[in-house]
Amino acid sequence: MKVKQISVFLENKSGRLADVTRTLADNNINIRALSIADTIDYGLLRLIVNEPDLAVKVLTDEGFTVAETEVLAIEVPDRPGGLAGIIEILSAKGLNIEYMYAFVGRSGEHAIVIFRVEPIDAGIEALKGGGARILTGEELHAL
Amino acid sequence: MFYWDKETECMDEGALRRLQGERLKETVRRAYECVPFYRRKFDEAGVHPSQINSIDDIVKLPFTTKEDFRENYPFGMFAVPLEQIVRIHASSGTTGKQTVVGYTRNDIEVWSEVMARTLGAGGTTRGDIVQNAYGYGLFTGGLGAHYGAEKIGASVVPISGGNTKRQLQIMEDFGSTVLCCTPSYALYLGEAAEEQGIDTSKLPLRVGFFGAEPWTDKMRREIEAKLHIDALDIYGLSEVIGPGVSYECMEKASLHVNEDHFYPEIIDPYTGEPLEAGKRGEIVFTTLTKEGLPLIRYRTRDITFLHEDRCACGRVFRRMNRVLGRTDDMLIIRGVNVFPSQIENALIGVAGTEPHYLIVVDREPGKLDDLEVWVEVSPNMVSDEVRRLEEVEKTIADELESTLGISLKVKLVEPKTIARSEGKAKRVIDRRDLGS
Repeated sequence: MKVKQISVFLENKSGRLADVTRTLADNNINIRALSIADTIDYGLLRLIVNEPDLAVKVLTDEGFTVAETEVLAIEVPDRPGGLAGIIEILSAKGLNIEYMYAFVGRSGEHAIVIFRVEPIDAGIEALKGGGARILTGEELHAL
Repeated sequence: MFYWDKETECMDEGALRRLQGERLKETVRRAYECVPFYRRKFDEAGVHPSQINSIDDIVKLPFTTKEDFRENYPFGMFAVPLEQIVRIHASSGTTGKQTVVGYTRNDIEVWSEVMARTLGAGGTTRGDIVQNAYGYGLFTGGLGAHYGAEKIGASVVPISGGNTKRQLQIMEDFGSTVLCCTPSYALYLGEAAEEQGIDTSKLPLRVGFFGAEPWTDKMRREIEAKLHIDALDIYGLSEVIGPGVSYECMEKASLHVNEDHFYPEIIDPYTGEPLEAGKRGEIVFTTLTKEGLPLIRYRTRDITFLHEDRCACGRVFRRMNRVLGRTDDMLIIRGVNVFPSQIENALIGVAGTEPHYLIVVDREPGKLDDLEVWVEVSPNMVSDEVRRLEEVEKTIADELESTLGISLKVKLVEPKTIARSEGKAKRVIDRRDLGS
């Protein structure tokens, strides 16, 4: 149910993002989704990749500071109100969405959104109860 | 406990003071007779060598400063003709001309002796292999440690500074037992060994003598853990003689001053008044046996204090605390005196912070000074949320603010972006135009 996300600490200076993407490319790792959270001085690049363990290793070897977190990949109906329906399931249970971002690929007629929910297990339970479909890591990378 | 010359190092205190008095008297007489600069300075101060009869009379003498070296560049401070000078060193002046020092044959002998005491206090014997990674050249560190180790009869490897890969290879292949270098380089060597997969616990390396820059007990513990050795602090400056002015024994409880050769005083850096034992101030040295370049009450600009109690090792030599800062790289930020070592001490008090940091001081026209402390992130600080990083910054900033009493900004930077120095670590960037 849970998908591994990696976060990379980046100083806000030119070329650092390119260094990450080049390192991943050189190791034949595919980026499936990403988002950046930043402040004036630095940012966190959050990534969903097809080979998270390898990505952590090669980025660490390149001198980056990397953290791993578990997130949820949820199918969202691709129509008005689709996302609202999912978020309402979570807010009805009083669960906090730390952040979310869109996945590049699609699952049939559905869009996919990456959710970081706290606490994650309560999120899984709520979403299942609300009829939302959560993708596994394998399903996600097979798309 | 180890000693090189226990008889002298543990001599009777009264006898030591008498010896210091006799030697001071002779040094002052020679300085007055042989160095026009000192004669002029003593005359101006209205003091004559005949007024100096015991070590307590030292306070009557005028100070000597770094500027005096510049004004008498290059050989004007020498008390003997060049025929009797066998070695010349110079310290890298950050501003202006180099500070030039000359040694007679006997000065070299004294220097070797005090460095033998230094290395001997950490248990160095003729059976040791001493890897000397202090730079050889005009800098006194390399040759100072070299002559001390040779005096003991150890096998010296004069590898000098730099070339980390070769340092580690020689350390492994030769089985070096003693390491001499700057503490920041020792830490760097430890990190490099780790990266190269060298198990330092299997190396014969046993003890290290680290100096030439300020460091902390936390750094000592890191070096000791990374290299599996005892790390001892050593202190010296080329104007006085070079390394060997003071040294730690295995108690690791501050640095014994080689008082039979160098007499220490602590003064108020603003008024020049002597301070009582235990009080923090600028340490001032007078050489008691130097021939080539006798030094009278030299202002080191190093801030420290003398411990009042006797060390458990039994040495009579008083102990100076490790240097707490410099009167000149002391930063005055918004009117508050800030020593980089205070910042380091506070940083290492915050869990998970490795002491790799840079202090950046800036001032925009018409605004107050800005103090930024850049700290390298370590993996335990990073998660997927910016909030966590901001918490780390705030924890560090709170700790620093409570220590220093001024507000500042902490900025996290990527690992290994702050330059690791193979010589003296650069810890401060002061961008303020403070004039002169």
